[in-house]
Amino acid sequence: MARTLINAPSTARRGEVIEVRTTIAHPMETGFRPGSDGKTLPRDIIRRVSCRYNGELVFSAELFSAIAANPYLAFHTVATESGTLVLSWEGDKGFSHTETIALSVTG
Amino acid sequence: MKIPGRALLLALAVLATGSGASAQTPAGGDSRRSGFEFMGTSTQAMQKDDALNPAMLWVKDGESLWAQPAGQSGKACVACHAAASSSMRGVAARYPAFDERLSRPLTLGQRINQCRQHHQQAATLRAESQQLLSLEAYVALQSRDLPLAPPADARLAPFRKQGEQRFLQRMGQLNLSCAQCHDQNAGGRLGGSLIPQAHPTGYPVYRLEWQALGSLQRRVRGCMSGVRAEPYAYDAQELVELELYLTARARGMAMETPGVRP
Repeated sequence: MARTLINAPSTARRGEVIEVRTTIAHPMETGFRPGSDGKTLPRDIIRRVSCRYNGELVFSAELFSAIAANPYLAFHTVATESGTLVLSWEGDKGFSHTETIALSVTG
Repeated sequence: MKIPGRALLLALAVLATGSGASAQTPAGGDSRRSGFEFMGTSTQAMQKDDALNPAMLWVKDGESLWAQPAGQSGKACVACHAAASSSMRGVAARYPAFDERLSRPLTLGQRINQCRQHHQQAATLRAESQQLLSLEAYVALQSRDLPLAPPADARLAPFRKQGEQRFLQRMGQLNLSCAQCHDQNAGGRLGGSLIPQAHPTGYPVYRLEWQALGSLQRRVRGCMSGVRAEPYAYDAQELVELELYLTARARGMAMETPGVRP
């Protein structure tokens, strides 16, 4: 289970632009560095991050080797109706992590 | 900075020509400055905002470890100490402190391991392990913004003196002492990086170079291999003594844990 920090409002007014800020613990091993035995360490990075708001894709990003460990990503979306934001991170070595945020929209 | 060798040669050139900038001299009486003030604005922003600070990943871990039973006693930290937010407030600011049982000073991390061994009857955590750093960061977070308050315990004095001597003593193939950079040339540059005054206000810190959280001992060991000295082993008495001196030197400065450093 990866460790994550998620910052997002739990309530918002309809039509309000909300910011979601995420950090996930991940080594983001580039695939270019030699290990202590001199052999290149295999790449182990998060390749894709996405966020679905009530099933609809509202944000996605592709990450590459140049991204530092424990990647931080922030993005905005418009609060349309109450529901859930499902964040998911997918990467090498079958890495997969999902977090769900509940959002209640008023007005 | 992955090439400390080259950076140090540059620093040597600076020392040799005597053109190193002197320590920052602000208007106030206290010329001590936290490493925070030597960082770029983006790194400062990272430390100031808990949502941006990656060290909070470890803090969050520490928070769950605090409540998780360990060892044969089946007790969690919280069983004896109750909520860390009240019981641990100001504790990290007093470490290293003198331990009666061992008759020597212990760092916060060593204290946590003593607790695990004697009260929880659990295996000690390895130095720099994620679990130990997480607990340390969580405990130290409770002292954030409090002034560093090293105890006035007379039994610590000889150890602190030893630490001071070690701070002033030249070491390694480059034959440099801690004081030559951090007292005499603080504010100057070592290659591309500003030399801070070496006040341990934010430990354990998330260091961008490490891309992870690390202790003051890791930082000091890094400096030692930088001057091509043989670093003391983790938890060696020498490192604890240095930490004692450094905290006394930074007495009264505000704790920033969990800090972010370049």
